[in-house]
Amino acid sequence: MVEIQNLHKIFGKNTVLSGINLTINQKGIIAILGPNGSGKTTLIKSILGMVIPDSGEISVFDQNIKNNPTYRNQIDYLPQIANFPSNLKVRELIKMIKDLRRQSHHDRDLIEFFQLQPFLDKKLGTLSGGTKQKVNILLTFMFDSPLIILDEPTTGLDPISLIRLKELIRSAKKSGKTILITSHILNFVEEVSDEIIFLLEGKIYFKGSIKDLKLKTKKQDFEHAIASILT
Amino acid sequence: MGKILKYSFYDLMRSRWSYVYFVFYLLLGFTLLFLNNDLSKAVITLMNVIIILVPLIGTIFGVMYYYNSKEFTELLLAQPLNRSSIFLGQYLGVALSLSLSLVLGIGIPFVFYGLFKSTVIWDFSLLLISGTFLTFIFTSLAFNIALSNENKIKGFGYAILLWMLLAIVYDGVFLMSLIIFEDYPLDKLSLVGTILNPIDLSRTLILLKLDISALLGYTGAVFKKFFGTNYGLFISFLSLGLWVIVPTIKIVLKSSKKDF
Repeated sequence: MVEIQNLHKIFGKNTVLSGINLTINQKGIIAILGPNGSGKTTLIKSILGMVIPDSGEISVFDQNIKNNPTYRNQIDYLPQIANFPSNLKVRELIKMIKDLRRQSHHDRDLIEFFQLQPFLDKKLGTLSGGTKQKVNILLTFMFDSPLIILDEPTTGLDPISLIRLKELIRSAKKSGKTILITSHILNFVEEVSDEIIFLLEGKIYFKGSIKDLKLKTKKQDFEHAIASILT
Repeated sequence: MGKILKYSFYDLMRSRWSYVYFVFYLLLGFTLLFLNNDLSKAVITLMNVIIILVPLIGTIFGVMYYYNSKEFTELLLAQPLNRSSIFLGQYLGVALSLSLSLVLGIGIPFVFYGLFKSTVIWDFSLLLISGTFLTFIFTSLAFNIALSNENKIKGFGYAILLWMLLAIVYDGVFLMSLIIFEDYPLDKLSLVGTILNPIDLSRTLILLKLDISALLGYTGAVFKKFFGTNYGLFISFLSLGLWVIVPTIKIVLKSSKKDF
């Protein structure tokens, strides 16, 4: 599904990714973890074609992603910060994204699911951070793509919305999709993910299930296992 | 590209600043016509305002729009769209909405004062055409600056600097060089100097059209001879066109290599 070969990326003097080799073929939820600045977002953005690698090859669904925007039809992406044109209404934004993708969608169910009806005719500039994030999630999940990429999906959500988000992620998993998540909230990761990829200093330090990680680090609990990698 | 253009344009047409800009020109137009009651004189005064203000607004608006819509651009980048269509769409959205504010804001008062029956209609159209050219030129320069600078403050700084350079400093240096080298024949040099700067070029085109070139003395006569011909007019519009096209191509090239 996603195949990355020898990916390198340097920002100025900062080596962010140094020789990542990664193949993702399995379905389910895969969490990308790592300390701040370990290259999580850069890795995700490379897959999306937003960051252009210095060297290395990336192919998604057997297509090389270089100069080829069509493969993104099969990816749903949730960016870290939700900020939309402030003069558009929520309804118009949803319409616009639908217009850009022209795929089957289920925005109505999601509007109901997140109870966004009262906000549909409000301008995006007047919404609170949490509501914007709900709109952001709605835009991501309203299509039926086989690959979903979520960058810090929990930011700014109230507990009820968080529960709903988890439901969405689980149902996406049930329908046989692959979901890539980055998050700093380890409880969340432990609860939802099937596999983790741990990045450290631009390399993949660990790839496997949480159980394997605990075995490898000889720690009972996930947080301590992660902490022991870092020390 | 069309879709991005459409939505950027919608977004901007609803922004308060488009209206402020529009209302400003509307008031300026009505005030000038009310005070002068002479279309031709109002065109000259308007020209002096437009030549300086349009580039400034174009640069500031362009830079501001780019930085403000950065996160949204990232959302668009994750959609199955070409980079060039995203950025060209946004650029054209900004440039078109600014041009529309300009054309309507100035056009409405003049139409009310009987533009269509007067003889200055061509001078006036030239004013609007050069105003539109300047909007497109400076918006695309602004997009270039914003694309190359992650830091907002730096971006704004360079944008203001660029405007100062082309609108003010260029004239100063130009004038100084004319004074220093006054013993030499300077008509060719000043002609080239004028054609190279879009602001000076627009000003000269309008002034000559208004037939007050007598004010410009000998050089004025040379200018008149050059710009009065079809060839001169062609060269002028070619220069303005290149000032639009070259930065626009640079937007495409820069955006295709940039990391977001």
